[in-house]
This record gives sequence, C-alpha cells and structure tokens, in this order.
Amino acid sequence: MPPFSRAKASAFAVIGAIVLLLVGAFAWAAGWIGPRRINGGDVTAALEYNTGKPEDGYRRAHSKGICFSGSFAGNGGGSALSTASAFKSGRYPVIGRFSLAGGNPLAGDGRNVFHSMALILKTPDGQEWRLAMDHTPIFPVADVASFIALQRATKPDPKTGKPDPAVMKPFLAAHPEVKAFQAFMMKAVLPNSFANATYYSINAFRFTDAGGTTRIVRWQFEPEAPLVGLDKKHLEAMPRDALFNEIIARTAKGPSRWHLKLLVANPGDVTDKATVAWTGPHRTIDAGTLTIDAVQPEETGACRDMNFDPTILPPGIAVSDDPLLAARSKAYSSSFTRRAIEGSHSSAVGEDLAKEHAR
Amino acid sequence: MSRRSPDFHPALRLIHWLMVALVFTMLFVGVGMVSTAGPAYVSLLALHRPIGIAILALVLVRLPLRLATGAPPLPDDLPTMQKRIAWGSHVLLYLTLFAMPLIGWGMLSAGGYPVQVTKGFTLPPILPHDLRLYAVLREAHTVIALLFFALILAHLAAALMHGLIRRDGVFRSMTTGHRRVPATTSEHDHSEDTVRPLA
Repeated sequence: MPPFSRAKASAFAVIGAIVLLLVGAFAWAAGWIGPRRINGGDVTAALEYNTGKPEDGYRRAHSKGICFSGSFAGNGGGSALSTASAFKSGRYPVIGRFSLAGGNPLAGDGRNVFHSMALILKTPDGQEWRLAMDHTPIFPVADVASFIALQRATKPDPKTGKPDPAVMKPFLAAHPEVKAFQAFMMKAVLPNSFANATYYSINAFRFTDAGGTTRIVRWQFEPEAPLVGLDKKHLEAMPRDALFNEIIARTAKGPSRWHLKLLVANPGDVTDKATVAWTGPHRTIDAGTLTIDAVQPEETGACRDMNFDPTILPPGIAVSDDPLLAARSKAYSSSFTRRAIEGSHSSAVGEDLAKEHAR
Repeated sequence: MSRRSPDFHPALRLIHWLMVALVFTMLFVGVGMVSTAGPAYVSLLALHRPIGIAILALVLVRLPLRLATGAPPLPDDLPTMQKRIAWGSHVLLYLTLFAMPLIGWGMLSAGGYPVQVTKGFTLPPILPHDLRLYAVLREAHTVIALLFFALILAHLAAALMHGLIRRDGVFRSMTTGHRRVPATTSEHDHSEDTVRPLA
C-alpha cells in the first residue's frame, strides 16, 4: 500500500458521505427519522386498545362474522358509468362476509354498531372487485388521525361498560362529525337482519366509462327484504348470536337479494369526506342484482382468509380523493398480516355449530 | 467465465445502470409505502408492483447475458480474500434480484390477493392461498429488503474504493469502459476519474 495521502483521505470522506447520505435518505423514506407518520400498525394498535386486548388470529375490526356465497347478475346498466366487466350483462360468482363492528369476535349481537357486508366479485376475464360496506350512508370520521382518536376516546371503561366521559367530552367537542354520527345512529333504524339492510360504499369512487369520461360515484346495495328494526331499548336481551342465527335460518329457506344502485355525484357533492351524506335527488343507475344463497361459518367458508380491501378494484373503477380509502387499505393489510402470523381461531357461529353437533 | 475485454459487455452495463435506478426506486418506494396510511400508500403500491416485475424481467435477461459474456478479471494485486468476497457478494446480489420480486409475487398469491401489476394486467398466482405461507413470505420480504439495501451500500462503497482510491479500472469496467489502446500500455491506468467519451 502506498502511504496515506491527503487525496486518499478525501476520497474516503467522499465515499463515506455518499453512503451516509443514502442511509439518511432511506431512513427518511422509511419514516424512521423526520416527522412522525401514521401507519397501518397505528390503526390496528388503536383498535386493539379499544377492544382491550389484541384478539390473536382475528380481524382487528369487525372480528365477528360469517361467510356467504352467491352471485351478482349485472344487467348492463352500470356500463354507462364504468368499463368494469362486472357491469356487463352476465352472472358472476361472489363470496363475502357479514360482520358486526368491534374487535371482540364473541361479542353479543345486541349492539347499536355497524352491520356490514363485504364482497369479492370476480369476472371470467380475471377482473376482481373487493367491497367492504356498512349499513350507514355515512362514517363517523373523515380521516385516519380522527379514526385513531375515536378508537382511543370510545374505549369502554371496564367498570361502566361505557366510554369515559372525561375523555369523550373533549373528543366530541373537537369532532363535531362524530357527534353528528352518534346523533344519526341514535335515530336510525338498526336492521333486525343482515338480509334487510342497505349496505353503502362508505367512500366515493372514480368511475370511468368506455368513452373515457370519469364521474364520482357512491353505491349502495338495497335489499328486497323489507327493513324491520330491532328494539333498541332491549338490545341487551338479545341472544349472543341472534343476527347470525337469523341469517343462517333465513338462507336455509331461500336466498336474499339486493339491487346495486350507483349514485353519480352532483356538482358540489363532497367526495373526499365519508362523514358527509349526499342529499337530494341523484342520477341513479340500477346495475344488477346480488343474490346470496348460502352461508358458512368462517371455519369452512371462503371469507376468513381474505382481506376485503376496498382499493382492490377492476379497471373502470378507481379510488377517489377520499383519504380514508388509503387508510382503510393500509389498516386492513396490517390487520391481515397480524392475524396471518398469529394463526386463525374459531368463530362464534362455528362454536355454536360445534356445540350443537356435540349434543 | 472470465472475459478478455477489461470491461463488462455494453448491454450488461446498460442493464446494470437501468436496474440501479429501478432497484433504488423500489427500495425507497417499499419502505415509504409501509410507513404511511396516507394517500401516498395507494400510489406507491401502484408503482411497487410494475417496477418489481420489471426488475424480474430484466434480471432474467441479465443473468444469461452475464454468464455468456463473462466478467473482466479483477486486478492481480487484489488479495484472494477480497476476490472471494467480491464473487460471493455478486452471487448474493443476483440471488436477491430474483428472490425479491418472486417473494412479492408469491406473497400476494399466498394472501389470496389478485397479483394486479397494472390496472389491466394481472398475473396468475404462483403459490396456493395459505395464510401461514403468506405470513412467512411477508416477513421475509421486509427482512431481505433491508439486508439487500445494506448489501447494495457495501457494493457501492467497494466500487467507489476501486474508482477513487485504487483506481484500478474495476469501476470503469461497469461505467464508461476503457479506451481502446494497445494491450501493452493499458496495464496501469491512473486516470479512472477523468471524464472520457464512451468507447
């Protein structure tokens, strides 16, 4: 080796600086340094905090559910708004999941919470559309930071079973949209069956037709079964799995049907906040009929090991400017990975069936 | 295989630098997208998959080309141990270039996800739908990515040592190439860092 020279020293310095610069940039991209970012793990952690503990192997939200299968019959009407193959005339297989909000997979059904329907719709050309919907046209919060704050504020006090008013009061003062949602939930009919609820897209999406025109659309699945509400004063008296047993018994007698209605945004409609309903008349297209003709416990159904990520969309449908969509995608993915690592466990409905068999 | 020319084949050099751009983009996009639940997550994910498949396609062209055209010999005065480390690190680099896209593809398959590369282009699954498999591959994807970044930094630092300190022509063999001169005078060229036109 020749003697250590000044030129060599500066060359080492240059190499060191380049490497350090790259490490620094990488650490910044990864969020290890710089401003704190909210990631999917923060959302699942907030959900676990609200539930009281992580329920290993289960979805961190909507952990109580049942699988179903059926089909969607497109009538061609939706093609006026989107090139997605599901809107072309034809019958396409569907799997999905009914669920109730909350992180406890064995919670009782008598709760004034989201009743939800998730779907995976596949067309023969390989397109896939995943949907995750609630029975309310609006969502309590519009962004992920508020969602995390909501989970933390509404954690039930173990003594009272209700959120701590000392936490809840300032939270509601800072979040009028949550207050408005709670007022809505107090008044709204709570469906007495999974089969007679309308399920809403929650967020707006971008639909593009064959001519290249893009419109903002929300959708809803409207049931054929007439809506009947639960008696909200006596929810505690309901058997633990009343709603789940009802859909099992109902489906054994015959299928349930919904009509997919696509609502096109009017000028001035809010498209980036799921907290704001679209009111008044809207251009509405009936795109087809969903038929659910079989239900299965999660142990044997096809829904448990699926992530109903609402950003998995066919060509012709894309995410809108609603920031909640990315947050849902990331949070669902985080929950999915956690439960994949933990391994799956039995469901409430599966346990009921096992008990029945044992008798 | 050893190569008579002091430089890598021009096509190999082109692919190398194209992949430098893609792999760096990929690593930064990858750690960036997992760090946020903001709208960037969806956009970055939409970039991540096509770039990953592009890297897989390029390495499928690159490895046969590298095996067919060979590599120029390392300088004679380089210690044997360093030569071995150089060889081993290149094997690892190639392995990872194959492994990362394949793990990503396999992980989506095992998770039951559609392997949507772009809006209109979906690949078939390469593994069965199995959450245990998904969990293992998802972990591996992160761990290998971080080790890959470290390996690339070591590779870059070593290349710069050749180019700026040893000035032994190794760096130029993957960049501009050596000037075509009679073999007898090109043994020790100390003008590594001077700018010269492409050969």
